[in-house]
Amino acid sequence: MRTIKFLLFKEFKQIFRNRAILALIMVMPVVQLIILPLAADYEVKNINLSVVDHDHSTYSQKLISTITATPYFKLTGYNKSYDEAFRLIELDKADLVLEIPQGFERNLVRENQQELFVAVNAINGTKANLGGAYLNTIIQIFNSDIRVKLLEHEESNQTQNIDVTVSNWFNPYMNYHVFMVPGILAVLVTMIGGFLSALNIVKEKEVGTIEQINVTPIKKSHFIIGKLIPFWVLGNVVFTLGLLVSWLVYGITPVGSLLVLYVFVSVFLLAILGFGLLVSTFCDTQQQAMFIMFFFVMIFILMGGLFTPIESMPGWAQTVTKFNPASYLIETMRMVILKGSGFKDLLRNIGIIAIFAIVLNLWAVLNYRKTS
Amino acid sequence: MKQFISFVKKEFSHVLRDRRTLFILFGMPLVQILIFGFALTSEVKDSKIVVVDYARDNASRAIISKFEASHYFDIEKSAMSHDDIYKSFKQGKIKMAIVFPAKFNETLLQQNKAQIQIIADASDPNTANTITNYASAIINDYKSQLDKTMAVPYQIFTETKMLYNPQLAGAPNFVPGVMALVLMLVCVMMTAISIVKEKETGTMEVLLVSPFKPIWVIFSKAVPYLLLSLVNVASILLLSVFVLDLPINGSVLLLLAESVLFIITCLTLGIFISIKTSSQQVAMLISLMGMMLPTVLFSGFMFPIENMPLPLQIITNIVPSKWYYVIVKSIMIKGLSFSYIWKETLILLGITLFFLALSIKSFKIRLS
Amino acid sequence: METVIRTEKLTKRFGDFIATNEITFEVKKGEIFGFLGANGAGKTTAMRMLCGLSIPSSGDAQVAGFDVYKQTEEIKKNIGYMSQKFSLYEDLTILENIKFFGGIYGLTDKQIKTKSDSLVEKLGLHNEAKKLVSGLPLGWKQKLSFSVAVLHDPKIVFLDEPTGGVDPLTRRQFWELIYDAADTGVTIFVTTHYMDEAEYCNRISIMVDGRIDALDSPVNLKKQFNANSMDEVFYQLARGAKRAE
Repeated sequence: MRTIKFLLFKEFKQIFRNRAILALIMVMPVVQLIILPLAADYEVKNINLSVVDHDHSTYSQKLISTITATPYFKLTGYNKSYDEAFRLIELDKADLVLEIPQGFERNLVRENQQELFVAVNAINGTKANLGGAYLNTIIQIFNSDIRVKLLEHEESNQTQNIDVTVSNWFNPYMNYHVFMVPGILAVLVTMIGGFLSALNIVKEKEVGTIEQINVTPIKKSHFIIGKLIPFWVLGNVVFTLGLLVSWLVYGITPVGSLLVLYVFVSVFLLAILGFGLLVSTFCDTQQQAMFIMFFFVMIFILMGGLFTPIESMPGWAQTVTKFNPASYLIETMRMVILKGSGFKDLLRNIGIIAIFAIVLNLWAVLNYRKTS
Repeated sequence: MKQFISFVKKEFSHVLRDRRTLFILFGMPLVQILIFGFALTSEVKDSKIVVVDYARDNASRAIISKFEASHYFDIEKSAMSHDDIYKSFKQGKIKMAIVFPAKFNETLLQQNKAQIQIIADASDPNTANTITNYASAIINDYKSQLDKTMAVPYQIFTETKMLYNPQLAGAPNFVPGVMALVLMLVCVMMTAISIVKEKETGTMEVLLVSPFKPIWVIFSKAVPYLLLSLVNVASILLLSVFVLDLPINGSVLLLLAESVLFIITCLTLGIFISIKTSSQQVAMLISLMGMMLPTVLFSGFMFPIENMPLPLQIITNIVPSKWYYVIVKSIMIKGLSFSYIWKETLILLGITLFFLALSIKSFKIRLS
Repeated sequence: METVIRTEKLTKRFGDFIATNEITFEVKKGEIFGFLGANGAGKTTAMRMLCGLSIPSSGDAQVAGFDVYKQTEEIKKNIGYMSQKFSLYEDLTILENIKFFGGIYGLTDKQIKTKSDSLVEKLGLHNEAKKLVSGLPLGWKQKLSFSVAVLHDPKIVFLDEPTGGVDPLTRRQFWELIYDAADTGVTIFVTTHYMDEAEYCNRISIMVDGRIDALDSPVNLKKQFNANSMDEVFYQLARGAKRAE
C-alpha cells in the first residue's frame, strides 16, 4: 500500500509538471466536443431536389409546391429533360430527381391512376433511404388530399382509413445533437484513456527509467495500479468536463442519475486503461504504441454503434462489437443520458465491462516483465 | 540519378525492416475496407419492436403477422401493457412500439376509420424516422389489401430508382473515403515521422553533408512511400472490386493517375511538416490533428458537409482529401470522365505546387 | 570473508549469439570489484543477470545468498543498481526522486527525511534540491544516481559505467563516494573503460568475447602480464578479441 502511495505521488507530479500535455488533455476533448457534433450532423435535411415537369399542369405545380414547402427539400433544378437533371446528380448538385410525366393530371383523373418517377443518388445510403421515404410520404399525403377533393363530388366514400399516429419519445424534436453528443463524449473518454495509458509505460522504456524501477523489489501489480489510478482520475475529470460542455453548449442534461453514469464510466475507465497499459507492455517505442492504439481506437469507434446501429450489422460484425468495450459505453451513455435508464437496466453492461477491466488489467500485469 | 537510386534503395530497406509498422500499414486498409464494406450499412433492419395489442382481433393479428414477416422488424415481445413500453425502452434494446387500441377491427369496419399508435425511440432520430416510415408502409400495405376488392380511385404510384447503389450498401460511400484516409496516413504521417526521426537521431546531418543535393535527399525518402501507397491503392481497389462487388465504373487509368497526384500532394505535405518540426511527437501530433482529423471530419465521407455550419463548410475547401474524395467518387462510382473533374484536379495540383514551393523555400532558409 | 556473489559457468545466449560465456567468479563482502572489457564483451549482460533483470540461459549464480533464477525479487531487495544511461526521473526534483525511490524500497518517512538531508549535505546540493533533475550537469546526475542506488543500504551496488563522459576531477569525486560506501561494508561491483579507475579496485576481471580471461588484483595482473600499467594489460587481452562493436 505504501509503495502505491509513492507511485501515485510520482505520477501526479509528472502529469502536473508537463503543462503542455495536461492542457492538451483538457482542452482537446472540450474543443472536439464543441466541433464534432456540429460536423457529425446526420439529420437528413437540405435534400437537393431537381424536378422534371413534363406536364406543367395545376396538379404538377401543386405537387412541387407541396414538396418544397417542407423543410426537407430544396429545389435546385427545374429541368426540361431527365438527362439534364441527371447531369445535376453527376455534379452532386442534386440528390433526387422527380420526373412528372406528360398528362399527369389528365390521366390521374381519367384513368384513376398515374405514375411518378423518382431517381435517388444512393451513394450515401442513409440520405437516399430517408430522402426517398420523405418524398414518398409527401406524395401520398398530396394524393389523399386530391382524392378527398375529387371525391367530394361523389357519394361513394367507402375506403377504410387507418390513421397512424407516431410519437417520438426521448427526443421529441428529433434533434441529432442530442443523439450524437453522448456518443462522442464516450469516444473521447475512450481515446484519452487509451492513448495516455498506451504511451506511458513505453515512454519509461524509451527513456530508460523503467530499468531503475525493475531493479527495485516493487510488485508488478503495485506498479500497474500506480499507473492506473492517476489516469483514472484524469479520465473522470475529462468526463466531467465533457458533461459540463454538453450541458452548457448543447443544453443536454442526463435524464438518468449522474451516479449511474459515474459508476459506469469509472469501471469503463479501468477497462480501457488496462487495455492501454497492455499495449504499452507489448511495444518498444512510443511510435509503435501510437500506431497500434490508433488501429484499435479506429475499430472501437467504427464498430461501436456511434454512426450506424449495431443491430443492422451482419452477424459476424455484431459478434465483434461484443468484444468492443467502447460499444458498451456508447450504448450506456445514450441510455442513461437520453432515456434515464437506471442500475437495474444496466446490470448486464456493468458486469461485462467489469470483466473486461479485470481480464485486461491482469493480462497487463502478467505481460509486464521485470525480468527478461 | 545513380546517387538518387542508391538513396532510394537505402530508404526501402529501412521501411521494409520495421515489420510491425508495415503490418499496420497494410493491415489497416484491409480492416477498414472490411468494416466499411460489410459492417456499416445504411440500411436499417432487424429493429426490435414490441407490440401492445388491446384489440386481439383479426385486423390487429393480420397486421402483426405482416410485421413478423418483414425483415425490417423483430418482434421481441407482444401482449404487454402500455406501461411496459417505457420500461423496455429503458432497457435499451427496443426501438419501436406499436399499440392497437381495443376494438380495432370493429371501429375500422363500423366507422371506416381506426387508429394505430406508433411510439419510436427517437434518441437516434434517423433510425426512428426510417423505421416509422417502414411501419407506415406495412400498415398502408394492409390497407390496400383491404381495398383490393374495390379499386382505389385517383391513385398515384411512385417508382423509385436508387441510382449507383441499389442495395444502399455502405461501400460506395466509404471506399473512396478509406482511400483518402489511408493515403493520408501513409504519405503524410509516415513520411513526416521517418524524416524527423533521422533529424532526431542525427543521421540527417550525415546525409546533408554528402555531395548530393540536400533537397534530393528529402525527396528520396519520399519515394518508398509513393510506391507503398500505390500498392495500397491497388489492394483497396482489388478488394472493393472482388470482395465488395463494387466495380470501377470509370477509367481505371484516370483513377490511378488522380491517385498518384493525390499521393504526391500528401508526400509534399509530409515533407513540409518534417521540415518545419524537429521531434517525432510533434510531427505525429501535427499529422494527426492537422491532417487525419480534418480528413475524417471534413472530406464528406463520414459527415455530410451540407449540414455543417457555414464556417466549417468553408474550412472543408482547404482539405485536400475532400477534393480527392470527390474525384474518386466521380470516377469510380459514377463513371464520369475527366471533363467532370478537371476543376478538382486543378485544385489538388495547386495545393501540391504551393506546398512544394513552400517546402523548398523553407528548406533553403534552414540551410543558410 | 563472506562471499556475496558467486557464479558458476553463468551463460546468456541471444539466439545464436553467446553474450556471456560460462563465466565463473566470486566477490567477497566489502570488495570493490572491477569488471572490465571492450565494448560488446558482455559486461552489461552479465551485470543484468546478477541484478535479476535478465534470466540466465545456463549456469548458476547466487547474489547476496539468493538464486538468480528463482529469487530475483529477493535479490532486488539487497542490491542497488546504477545503469549506463541516466535513469532517474528528469521531470522530478532531486528531493522527489529520493523520496520516490526511498518509498519504493520501503523506507519510513523519517528515514527518507534523514537520508535526504544527509545526502543534500554530502553532495552540497542545497540550492538544487528543489530543482528538476533535467537541469543538472551530468557529473551531478551521476552522483545523485549513485546516492539513490545506495539509499536503502543495500549489501551490493552494481554500477554500469558510472562515470562515462565526465572530466577527471568529477570522476575523482565520484570514486570518493564509492570508497565511502565501501568503508561501510557495501560491496561494489563496477564496470568501467577507464584504466585509472581499474587501479582503484581491489580486484578486477577482464572479459573478452563473453569469457573472463583474467581475474586478480591490479598489482598481480600487471605482474602476470609483465606490464607497467593496466592499460598494457588491457591491450594485450583485448587485441585478441574477435567481436567488434
